[in-house]
Amino acid sequence: MFESLSIISLGLLSGFVFGFLLQKGGVTKYEVIVKQFLLQDFTVLKTMLTAIVVGGFGVYFLEGQGLAKLSIKPAILVANIGGGLIFGVGMVLLGLCPGTAVAALGERNGRAFFGTLGMLTGAWIQAETYGPISGCAKWVDLGSLTLSQVLKVSPMVVLTGLAAISVSLFVAIEFFERRKKSSPAR
Amino acid sequence: MNLLRSKQWSPYLVGTCLGILTWFTFGVAKKALGVSTNFSQVVKVAETAVAPEHAKSVTYFTDYKVPTAFGWEAGIFIGLIIGGLVASWLSGDTSGTKLPELWTQRFGTSRAKSSALAFIAGIILIYGARLAGGCTSGHGISGSLQLAVSSWAFFFSLFASGLATAFLLFRKTTLTTTTSQR
Repeated sequence: MFESLSIISLGLLSGFVFGFLLQKGGVTKYEVIVKQFLLQDFTVLKTMLTAIVVGGFGVYFLEGQGLAKLSIKPAILVANIGGGLIFGVGMVLLGLCPGTAVAALGERNGRAFFGTLGMLTGAWIQAETYGPISGCAKWVDLGSLTLSQVLKVSPMVVLTGLAAISVSLFVAIEFFERRKKSSPAR
Repeated sequence: MNLLRSKQWSPYLVGTCLGILTWFTFGVAKKALGVSTNFSQVVKVAETAVAPEHAKSVTYFTDYKVPTAFGWEAGIFIGLIIGGLVASWLSGDTSGTKLPELWTQRFGTSRAKSSALAFIAGIILIYGARLAGGCTSGHGISGSLQLAVSSWAFFFSLFASGLATAFLLFRKTTLTTTTSQR
């Protein structure tokens, strides 16, 4: 029923740092999440894009050195896109996502508590109802596919492009946020 | 010390630290950071204990390779709670215990209504995550940084539907807040 103590400890340690950062980042807050989707607060996008770019360069570097193994989830586009569309509705309704909801449990957040109970129930419903839809859920299965394979360039090139897009986006967001803050209320 | 007691860090600092955390998970633990698998795993373990024959017939567990033994994912789950607890305790941030203002403006101050809707939202959230094969961590961060097509497809679709949902839900609410600020 349990794996080795070492992998559980590594999980505990990673989870601790993860939960700590999510709480400090403000993304365990309903308003921060919902206002991202209302385009009034860009904390979620700034945090995620920074994590993706910093993480991507490091992980691909480690992989190049033979120190890390990638684990690419298969591109089963109907399931990925359909799941994403459903997920977005739930994320706005709850104002949290699975990781931030669990971290918010540590803040004694009541909505996160009921959200987590809902997630356990939802995981059960999902597993039980998967059978009949499993056929459609496997449509457009492209296997383990990465953007660098699609674009036929090295991962580092894609990451550099991604970094350039992210930095430009950050500069633009900061510019508009500063202008909004400094302009007197009309 | 001041940083540890501060209530909110810069998103760029948090994002950088999260990125470095993924170097650790991929490089040392040899695992991707993810959260939603754990929920399917709890269901699988519970079903295997209560109705083992039925659990074997659930094709989702085999199709999506849901692990049988508690390990990495369960550790992350417990760690997340402790991390959130310690971080909010250090800064004395108790805002999580109250109903959010934006919520009460739109849905009223009823705790029961908030809890019921949170429960339903949780069901929708994890249904989507498990169908897609991951959530904002497994796909959104770990998958996107590996440049997985599956993760970027998930990322864009969650943003599209999140934008639509938020604008539909808060159309009127945001209008009133903007006017009251003016």
